[in-house]
Amino acid sequence: MNALATRHESELALATAGTKEFVTVHVADQLFGVEVIDIQDVFSLKSLTPVPGARPEIAGVLNLRGRIVTAIDARRRLGLPARPQGFAGMMAVGVEYQGEAYGILVDSVGEVLRLSDSDFEPNPVNLNPNWKDVSQGVYRLEGHLLMTLNVDHLLCVATA
Amino acid sequence: MDELLGEFITETNEFLETVDTQLVVFEADPTDGDTLNSIFRLVHTIKGTCGFLGLPRLQFVAHAGETLLGKFRDGTLVATPDQVQLVLESIDRIKEILAGLESTGAEPEGDDSALIGALELAAEGRPALSTAPAPEPVVAAPVVEAQQVSTSGLRWDADLGRELRPGEVSLAELEAAFLSTAPDDEIERGASSTVAPEVSPPDFIEVAAPIAERRAAPEMRAIKDEDEDTAAKGGAVSSSQTIRVNVDVLETLMTMVSELVLTRNQLMQMVRNTTDSEFKAPLQRLSAVTAELQDSVMKTRMQPIGSAWKKLPRIVRDAARDLNKKIDLIMDGEATELDRQVLELIKDPLTHMIRNSCDHGLEAPATRVAAGKSEMGSIRLNAYHEGGHIVIEVSDDGAGLSTSRIRDKAIKNGLVSEELAWTMSDAQIHRYIFAPGFSTAAAVTSISGRGVGMDVVRTNIELIGGTIDLQSTEGRGTKFFIKIPLTLAIVSALVVGSRQQCFAIPQLSIVELVGAGGASEHKVEVLNSARVLRLRDRLLPLVDLSEVLGVPPRDPATGESSSAFVVVMQHSGQLFGVVVDEVFDTEEIVVKPLSKALADVGTFSGATILGDGSVIMIIDPGAVYRRVGQAEEVAEETIEAVQKKRGQRPETTSMILFQAGGEQPKAVPLSLVTRLEELDATTFEQGDGRTLVQYRGELMPIVPADPNTPIATTGVQPVLVFTYNGLAAGLAVDKIVDIVDEALDIEMAAERPGLLGVAVLKGKATEVLDVSHYLSLALTNWDDPGVNKPTKHIVLVERNPFFRNLLSPLLRAAGYEVEAVDTVSAALLCAEYRKPSAVLTDIDVDVASARRLLSDDRLAGTSIVALSGSPDADATGFASLVRKSDRKSLIAAVENAAKLEIAA
Repeated sequence: MNALATRHESELALATAGTKEFVTVHVADQLFGVEVIDIQDVFSLKSLTPVPGARPEIAGVLNLRGRIVTAIDARRRLGLPARPQGFAGMMAVGVEYQGEAYGILVDSVGEVLRLSDSDFEPNPVNLNPNWKDVSQGVYRLEGHLLMTLNVDHLLCVATA
Repeated sequence: MDELLGEFITETNEFLETVDTQLVVFEADPTDGDTLNSIFRLVHTIKGTCGFLGLPRLQFVAHAGETLLGKFRDGTLVATPDQVQLVLESIDRIKEILAGLESTGAEPEGDDSALIGALELAAEGRPALSTAPAPEPVVAAPVVEAQQVSTSGLRWDADLGRELRPGEVSLAELEAAFLSTAPDDEIERGASSTVAPEVSPPDFIEVAAPIAERRAAPEMRAIKDEDEDTAAKGGAVSSSQTIRVNVDVLETLMTMVSELVLTRNQLMQMVRNTTDSEFKAPLQRLSAVTAELQDSVMKTRMQPIGSAWKKLPRIVRDAARDLNKKIDLIMDGEATELDRQVLELIKDPLTHMIRNSCDHGLEAPATRVAAGKSEMGSIRLNAYHEGGHIVIEVSDDGAGLSTSRIRDKAIKNGLVSEELAWTMSDAQIHRYIFAPGFSTAAAVTSISGRGVGMDVVRTNIELIGGTIDLQSTEGRGTKFFIKIPLTLAIVSALVVGSRQQCFAIPQLSIVELVGAGGASEHKVEVLNSARVLRLRDRLLPLVDLSEVLGVPPRDPATGESSSAFVVVMQHSGQLFGVVVDEVFDTEEIVVKPLSKALADVGTFSGATILGDGSVIMIIDPGAVYRRVGQAEEVAEETIEAVQKKRGQRPETTSMILFQAGGEQPKAVPLSLVTRLEELDATTFEQGDGRTLVQYRGELMPIVPADPNTPIATTGVQPVLVFTYNGLAAGLAVDKIVDIVDEALDIEMAAERPGLLGVAVLKGKATEVLDVSHYLSLALTNWDDPGVNKPTKHIVLVERNPFFRNLLSPLLRAAGYEVEAVDTVSAALLCAEYRKPSAVLTDIDVDVASARRLLSDDRLAGTSIVALSGSPDADATGFASLVRKSDRKSLIAAVENAAKLEIAA
């Protein structure tokens, strides 16, 4: 069992050289990728308690298996318009930041992609500063672009 | 070794606290053998352990102290306060060294020879330090005879075959100590199980004895914790089994149990919604077990409050010594248990309060005697459970708080305005001692008055969700009440709703719940946008929860009529009400901290998960209090601004409210009424088609206020008496209700005779009657122009229709022909047509245009009388100034003005 796991890991290491795994998420119409190692959970939003007086990018707090999670609205954070149908049916990416649980609210969660470093490019210079803050760069995929989303950067402004 | 050292430091610190307390007890009663024995035992343990761990400084100091204690114990010496002080000093030195040991891991450098010397001198009973001559030994001490004093001053020990080192005790002495001081089974068991002192080689004893003591030590602590009283008396104690558990483990356990409780609640909620679930029975069981588990885990965190009080006897003793006071500390309810976390947090505030009581509370012995009190002042600590909270009372029988000094100081510090201060009750004034930076102490002493005062105490107590209040009688003493929650982990909270969202308010800060709005007897009233609630005898400032939260408040038009609740809360000694839309339930909630992203919101102290799995925010009472405070400031500013702008106070008119023909209140201005009478209806007579009564030697006609309600013929008839030109008339009413002083605004014009209009008084629509109509009914010569006085023409300039309607009949009643107009221009037009004898003009609304009357040719030679709501309005240039509400002066002023006109 142990040996199997080790073998599996070493195979993985071989395959992952020069690649990174991302979970793709949609925010508004843009495709973003969050690195798999940063993600604790992916869950659909059932109920959300707004916190009056909190910063606009904080959507509220929610109960995730007995833990209170602070939900960050990715649309707000990225300066995008709010979702017309509200928070209902949104998905959340659960992450840990400075020992606390946060959920990043996104429109939908796609698939897990293994992306090669050769497809990576730094942010174009004319990118919106709001986006530059939270993204390290872009992957060129077939047909469209995937923006990386850095969880720490996304949350550091929210908690500053 | 490090682990051993850490354990030693923890243990020794615990012992030292006990020694402190016991020494104070011992000082009060030097013949108390049991107490002395336990002190001796503790010091000996410390000394022994030090030797074992190789801590020479500690060992020698403890040794010297022990030697002196040994003399007390075997009766060679009788303890004097000075000697006890010496022992206490040595204890302090040990604490110092321990503190150094704790921080650096090694004994700090230092010289203890002076202290050891003093201790040894005292132990030898030298008169320089010992004031009492050594009495006959009470208990035979077998070792005393065996001692030889060598030339060097050090004692010779026969067993060791050498001189004893400074502070060292002879073997025989040590053995005797064991024999006479080990009444507890545990100690004997511990000692014998290790090694028997009798058979051990002499050099080994130094090691063996400490081991024996070390074994015994934890068990002694167990006895102490379990029942301090029994332990102190040296009584038989059943062998109990205790283990040391790291606090972190307990904390984790508590967190897990909290989670379990939440999950249980969730499950219960789910099952409750289904009928006939097979889960019901097992869930019932789970629920019961969880509750028990929660209880047990809570118990592991519980400690008797007495452990926070251990240091106090020593503090009081030292303070009494420093201040030359005699102070008795009485402690009740030490066994009352509370969460150790809370316990840690109240230690410092309590110590501070006790110091305060010693220093400021209690008077000097001479002052006490002069006041007819006993020389010995007493401070009483009392703790008890009360409805899920612990109440700690700290009281003294000292001088009490000086209301006048606190009031002066509060005014000086700008905490309260002078006028307000004098209307406040003593208790309200006393609460200012909790205000930041407030200290009435004339002098800063070493004990207290170092700038941190009761505000720090209050802040610390409020930090853990507690409250503090006091009660003081000048000359009799002061009593503080501290109310704190049993635990911080689980709090009882009220779940309320505001703007369709639920919030939790900690129960501890809630005083009561009042239904307001709708058909409730309590009504929310508005004072210039500040909302207040009339609750019993006081006005309660209100703040809407939605306002605190910064969400749009409910529509004020519909808000008042819809049902609402007022949660009466107390914080910082201030009562205030929080308006919420709904009140749901009280729940035991587990407080969870907020993430850093929410730390700057400030309105919430945490969040929790309810039984249905939803998250709700917990309101911080302090935040609500600050919001109320801000609202108060804003309200004051607005009033001030209005006053500045208008240069006057809001106009109010005294109105008399009565009922006549129905429930609906009716009103007339009080200034028009001469008297209120209750006349015997049987004395009423009929004449000239009118009802008459003989009143003060004259016949007075009476008319009913309501034409459909006839005047009574039997019983008592309430009558409002008006006088006109020396003639009196009565207005018969059903019932006189009240007199109110309110701003009067006639909102609806009258449509039938006898009615000026309808105004809102005391929150009710009230008909304001036209007195002149009734006077004309009562007095036939009412409108007869030439009865006593020549007709004079007067122009009344008044923008307010109410005053126009009020003053015109009054002037008419006085025999003038009145032209009432609303603007200066209209008045001038009147004057063009017919020159008036006098002009009365309002100067409150627009003094500039009123002055146009003074300079206009059309009014040359005519007296212009100024009318104002305020007696100090600026009326330069006008013939005189009259207050609108002052009927007599008005008539007099008009008469004067008219006379002037005749003269001119």
